[in-house]
Amino acid sequence: MSDQGEFSVTCPILHQQEEKILMSHGSGGKHTSDLIEKVFLPAFGTSSETLHDGAFLHIDQSDLVFTTDSYVVQPLFFPGGSIGDLAVFGTVNDLAMCGARPLYLSCGFILEEGFDIDRLRQVVARMKDAAALAQVKLVTGDTKVIERARGDGMYINTSGVGVVERAGINPQSIQSDDLILLSGDIGRHGIAVMSEREGLTFETSIESDVGELYSSVRALFDEGIDVHCMRDLTRGGLATALVELSAARGLAMEIDESAVPVDAVVRGACEFLGLDPFYVACEGRMIAFVSSNDGEQALSVLEGLGSNPRIIGHVSGQSGPMVSSKTFLGTRRILDRLVGDQLPRIC
Amino acid sequence: MKYIDEYRSSDTVGQYLSLIDRISTRPWTIMEVCGGQTHAIVKYQLQKLLPDHIRLVHGPGCPVCVTSLELIDRAISIASLPQVIFCSFGDMLRVPGSQTDLLRVKAQGADVRILYSPMEALKIAKENPGREVVFLGVGFETTAPAIAMTIDLAKREKIGNISVLISHFLVPPAMEAVMSSPRCVVQGFLAAGHVCTIMGYDEYLPICKQYQVPIVVTGFEPLDIVEGLYLCVKQLEEGRVEVENQYARSVKKEGNTQALRMMRSVFEIVDRKWRGIGVISHSGLGLKEEYREFDAESRFQVEHVTTKESAECISAEIMQGFKKPCDCPMFGRQCTPERPLGAPMVSTEGACSAYYLYEGARS
Repeated sequence: MSDQGEFSVTCPILHQQEEKILMSHGSGGKHTSDLIEKVFLPAFGTSSETLHDGAFLHIDQSDLVFTTDSYVVQPLFFPGGSIGDLAVFGTVNDLAMCGARPLYLSCGFILEEGFDIDRLRQVVARMKDAAALAQVKLVTGDTKVIERARGDGMYINTSGVGVVERAGINPQSIQSDDLILLSGDIGRHGIAVMSEREGLTFETSIESDVGELYSSVRALFDEGIDVHCMRDLTRGGLATALVELSAARGLAMEIDESAVPVDAVVRGACEFLGLDPFYVACEGRMIAFVSSNDGEQALSVLEGLGSNPRIIGHVSGQSGPMVSSKTFLGTRRILDRLVGDQLPRIC
Repeated sequence: MKYIDEYRSSDTVGQYLSLIDRISTRPWTIMEVCGGQTHAIVKYQLQKLLPDHIRLVHGPGCPVCVTSLELIDRAISIASLPQVIFCSFGDMLRVPGSQTDLLRVKAQGADVRILYSPMEALKIAKENPGREVVFLGVGFETTAPAIAMTIDLAKREKIGNISVLISHFLVPPAMEAVMSSPRCVVQGFLAAGHVCTIMGYDEYLPICKQYQVPIVVTGFEPLDIVEGLYLCVKQLEEGRVEVENQYARSVKKEGNTQALRMMRSVFEIVDRKWRGIGVISHSGLGLKEEYREFDAESRFQVEHVTTKESAECISAEIMQGFKKPCDCPMFGRQCTPERPLGAPMVSTEGACSAYYLYEGARS
């Protein structure tokens, strides 16, 4: 193709106009990656290969993990949890996914003028309980107030520090033939929040899966399971986590759709709204890449903790990023990053 | 899950696939009309399970995809007005106009809201008497009754600050356009089940007769689709030409009479431009004279713009069944869901977008 021809088709006016932040820049999909690769990494000079849920720091013979996350969920309370639970468990889970024992959290509150202090107390009480459950201490914090109508009631940022319990847990450690272990059913959090926000009711209410994952990680370590990498399933859900890890490691992955547990109410809601549960957010689920010999034992460890784990697939020997999913008919479809947010369909 | 799992059973789907294999003796080309069917076919890769000589081509049945660029530009202009609360079904927001899209104008400060039902727009209008609420009324016969009901209620309740930007399409004229092309390759149709749930299927009898083409009203689950294909292939092999109803659990011959009554009291049939195909006469719905006060186009007097489609896009060829998405040199390279060059890449139910999503750019 001539240069002229190429120019005419790849240069619509969209490219030339001033880019603005869209909601999808925060949804964990392709737009979020674009922002990281084109804005943050060039400025901060970090390599994208080291990107993980947290940063590994080696200080005076100690191996630490440091991570941060901000919480802007609406509504602040939803079936099964609150912004407070998310703020503690989300950051704890990021540390756990790096193979670290979570120790200390910071907590920054951004509050809107006029926000009900009783409501703040309720959120803080949930945070206290969550921290006790996850065995972390909230040791430092900050409060800022913004003018009325300039925020959404409250936002929370938490940062966390943990000490590495097992080194080498990262995407680069994923091996061909590793089994992909999913810790429980998917999509509860996204559907719980969406149904609360939009006032959608289903026959039975669905509760968010928000919860801590460190105890699962610890149990896998204690039983000597050969874990190579872990990732909690947050924005973008199971599919996005798999696609990101496949891209980071450069190895193809295959999963079996029928092995992925999805609660009937979540499935129903997804059918109704035209959403793919593989892309719906969780807040207390993870995938772990374990050595193929350890699959059965890893399953029984997580079953012992009362969750509903499954082996959903494996890392294939093929190089190159690609995640495929076996349908109930035995055919294969590709899973890819979502371009923007999942949007409910017309029909 | 009841009403889903029965239609995603590999045993039953397999039985129909074997039947198709057994009864088909020569090549047949069948078009599924609806984007929802295309989506399911590509998601479950049904084409790969069919005998090689049964060829599926994908029809123009994605309302998001066929909405004209001019209408999207008009929607964007109206949404950008400071007094307007602009409401739409979710998947219209990402559709690119000539210069921008609704998600981007939202980021620049426009009040753009995703609704699940047009009736919510009525509530918003009542709650915001000082603002103008505009609903983007896009779709086939499926969404028309709810929009008709909204407008009718607005008129009866004298809610003056709501209007609709209408771009409704009718499916049968598009099927006729496909059949009347001198290059037509389609030998049988899977008609769109949800459209027929509203409309019934009497209106397909003349098409079936005039073009001597079997039409099977078909649902959207994998089992629906393979059963629809089986019925269609059986007609073709036996030399029969009929309208059959595979989707009887949802579709009645006479349709939903209440919904039809509402539609017919508010809308009249008009000519409509289909993106990627062009103007098809009597293929759209517009507001009747007595409801025209709710027409956003006349209320906001937005400048009429003419737009130009990408010369490289072969969407007209794809939506009429002449070519497949992977036959296009732009597919997955210059044309992606993020930067679509034409109609079928725009929404997940467009054929190109479904191929891109489930088969990857490598296909």
